[in-house]
Amino acid sequence: MATRTDWLGDALREHSLTRRDFLDFCGGIAAFFALPASAAGAMAAAVEHGKKPSLVWLEFQDCAGNTESFLRASRPTVADVVLDTISVDYHETIMAAAGHRAEEALATATRDHAGEYLVVVEGSIPTGARGAYCTIGGRSALQIAREVCGGAAATIAIGTCAAYGGLPGASPNPTGALGVQDAVPGLANLVNLPACPANVENLTALLVYFLTYHRWPPLDRDHRPLFAYGKTIHDNCERRAHFDAGQYVEAWGDEAHRTGYCLFKMGCKGPATYQNCPVIRWNEATNWPIGCGHPCIGCAEPEFWDRMTPFYKHLKGIPGFGIASDIDKVGILATAGVATAFGAHGAMKIAQHILARGEPAAPAKPAAPARPSAPIGPVVPAGAGKGTPS
Amino acid sequence: MTHIVVDPVTRIEGHLRIEAEIDGGAVRDAWSSSTMFRGIEIILKGRDPRDAWVFAQRICGVCTTVHAIASVRAVENALGVQAPPNARLLRNLIMSAQMVQDHVIHFYHLHALDWVDVVSALSADPAATASLMSSISDWPLSSAGYFAGVRDKLKAFVERGQLGPFGNAYWGHPGYRLPPEANLMAVAHYLEALEWQREFIKLHAVLGGKNPHLQSFLVGGMATPVDPDQQASINVGTIAQLKKLIAGARDFVSRVYLPDLLAIASFYKDWASLGAGVGNYLVYGEYPMDDGPKPALFFPSGVIHGKNLAAIAEFDPAKVTEYVSHSWYDYGAGDRAGLHPSAGETAPNYTGPEPPYERLDTSAKYSWLKSPRYAEEPMEVGPLARMLVAYGRGHPRVKALVDGVLGKLGVGPEALFSTLGRVAARGIETQVLVEKMGDWVDALAENMGKGELRIHEGQKWDPSTWPADCVGAGFHEAPRGALGHWVHIHDGAIANYQCIVPSTWNAGPRDAAGKRGPYESALLGTPVADPEQPLELLRTVHSFDPCMACAVHVVDAGGHEVVKVRAA
Repeated sequence: MATRTDWLGDALREHSLTRRDFLDFCGGIAAFFALPASAAGAMAAAVEHGKKPSLVWLEFQDCAGNTESFLRASRPTVADVVLDTISVDYHETIMAAAGHRAEEALATATRDHAGEYLVVVEGSIPTGARGAYCTIGGRSALQIAREVCGGAAATIAIGTCAAYGGLPGASPNPTGALGVQDAVPGLANLVNLPACPANVENLTALLVYFLTYHRWPPLDRDHRPLFAYGKTIHDNCERRAHFDAGQYVEAWGDEAHRTGYCLFKMGCKGPATYQNCPVIRWNEATNWPIGCGHPCIGCAEPEFWDRMTPFYKHLKGIPGFGIASDIDKVGILATAGVATAFGAHGAMKIAQHILARGEPAAPAKPAAPARPSAPIGPVVPAGAGKGTPS
Repeated sequence: MTHIVVDPVTRIEGHLRIEAEIDGGAVRDAWSSSTMFRGIEIILKGRDPRDAWVFAQRICGVCTTVHAIASVRAVENALGVQAPPNARLLRNLIMSAQMVQDHVIHFYHLHALDWVDVVSALSADPAATASLMSSISDWPLSSAGYFAGVRDKLKAFVERGQLGPFGNAYWGHPGYRLPPEANLMAVAHYLEALEWQREFIKLHAVLGGKNPHLQSFLVGGMATPVDPDQQASINVGTIAQLKKLIAGARDFVSRVYLPDLLAIASFYKDWASLGAGVGNYLVYGEYPMDDGPKPALFFPSGVIHGKNLAAIAEFDPAKVTEYVSHSWYDYGAGDRAGLHPSAGETAPNYTGPEPPYERLDTSAKYSWLKSPRYAEEPMEVGPLARMLVAYGRGHPRVKALVDGVLGKLGVGPEALFSTLGRVAARGIETQVLVEKMGDWVDALAENMGKGELRIHEGQKWDPSTWPADCVGAGFHEAPRGALGHWVHIHDGAIANYQCIVPSTWNAGPRDAAGKRGPYESALLGTPVADPEQPLELLRTVHSFDPCMACAVHVVDAGGHEVVKVRAA
């Protein structure tokens, strides 16, 4: 087949866009990442040349929520152009091929582009019942993940399940579910995009970054890009002034709720959650959970199903109610107690590894100073972390 | 006899495997297997029941509202809470928007490629495509220039040599019958629908903060404040925004989706006599029209046995049983027992082959799904079931649309019991709902105008007000059919939780008596021209709109709690 070198130009014309529009868009992305203006030119050049990189999207113990999020990609026409820089060679939910033909597509992509393709993983990976809790084409999720992620240029674990085990990994973790980083340790170039589901704007931005620089943006200790996870919900919340002024919602539908006061006392986990929801919002910036009157549930944080529950019980140890002069202390004091939280987390992970796979896990990561504490949920039933019941 | 395996079945939610015996060019037998399990009900035990909807919602990110709704209803039922009228209206809008958006995505992005040959569209004549489009609809995107643009875009995509998600498919299969122009029209609308769904689902962001996984449900009501005089509430500006989104949906559904459905169906009328399946239909009913404990429902409930529309029975929750004879679970009373979901005795026990494997032993246990039965019979649930019950009960708008579609296709009512019937029912249901949604917005605006601002019943919010022990059930009509959640609350925490989900009804394996599930039954007799390319098999399976993450359900690993069920 003919190889077209000016497909981007064609694509832009089809979208009634000029190259100037495209450069403006790239400039916008560059500004978003706080990159120097010269980066925009490099970005456009990188996107214009060469064959589309191959991307395979694996779904394991998932709900397809991140796939649905992917379908909501905004910046409509230009996003189409940018996403067309990727060849999505395998994605069960959208691909036309089925059965062994679908599996052939996966085999072809991973063989022909060995070491060069990108893999997105959605859903956790069960280690119990010898892999039988999730099979595709007769192979277990773990077998597929080891092979496909192992041969990739980079792996993006999208959503909290793929990043940290998420809901299937919540106590008592009946299937021995793990995130990619724990199920397939030692992967090079792993990026976590947690949240339930992940906001597609962050995926789009991440892909553009990688295609431009062939490296990942700076990550935090949980492998999350700082551009999306560098600040808390609380830092950027539109209701922050009400928090500082001591104006809180006390009951659903009361005057304070209708007026848009702070949801902290209704259980908001914004002060303990690193994510950029308040900045990029959802569904083409239409709204976001706090904007519609419900507290943040902390869905981008590891183990949030156990650490952030009960959802309607407010956080403890966040100072500053009604004391605007203490704003600066909030962020500092909120980090206290993180070692306790992560000590428990690490122990649970190791127990899962040992029981589910008969081998010890990597040591728990040390507590990072830049993370706040989160409550240890009181609802961890007996038997937590015992792996699979089988 | 050829044995075929389709795994993964793609363009569905979740992990589904179909095995089938092909003989003489048709399916002689079929087995439906679900190959993923998470154990969400186990995880729910011991949690705060007010949190349950957030967990249950994650059963599925495609039908992202349905388990949240069923969950809050089950807990409200257990605690004896009645949500206020505004919460009912907000929930009706959220549920119907889910149904409408889900059905459109299913038609274009999950099902269409079984009927539409994308490669054939490359040879279409744009002018002839424009004529075809103008003959079926007054939709403005219908010029020869527009279709030429779509064709050229497709051509450029193909010529780059990287087909991505369109690679390795069954293009050119003799089962594809549309002329190139109809294929091009459908491809254009595949792309338009992709844009449309993103726009329309902003309705969920307005009322739920985000989509997927809306975040505004509450046990006892909704978290979205309503106040015409506040910018942080649903106000008159929001009402206008909702009306605009609904008008856009009505436009797209009535001028693109339904005309496409009729145009495509007219080339595949033989599918109106294939894929009927079990012929029994179960509907819980949906869209409460008032606020009593037994509200009138916009889509009525009912049970149809043996395709008999003349004798629709009332739904009786006591008649539901579940079997595990062919499912990877144990029952204390043995594999032949059938248990009511309230006696949720379930223990997972995988006895299948160790992965990687080639074949399942379908004479033994072969699925993570149980086999739900109603009065010992397998039941189909979903849009076809709903439209049949509504039609049989004389729902005026459903009756008019069903008769209209049958008339246009020149087929009788018996054609409804088929693969094509399922596709048509989904479209009709979408049309009925986009016409209805505006009424709920008007009612919300009217309430706001007269100062009715309540969104939540708070008397039972505090766990100290709860009884020490209570049980409840929540029923809902999800896009894919009848959904039930059962909850047992003890000392302020969830003692047991169970779901019976639409795709479990439809995709479940054989029961103790060897009766096939609806998928398995519907596949019998399906013609398969080429066992290497089982396109026809996909058509019937996809016509059910499988949602497998939803379907897998398991209760507790210990498995002996008894929950008393009370009908909602």
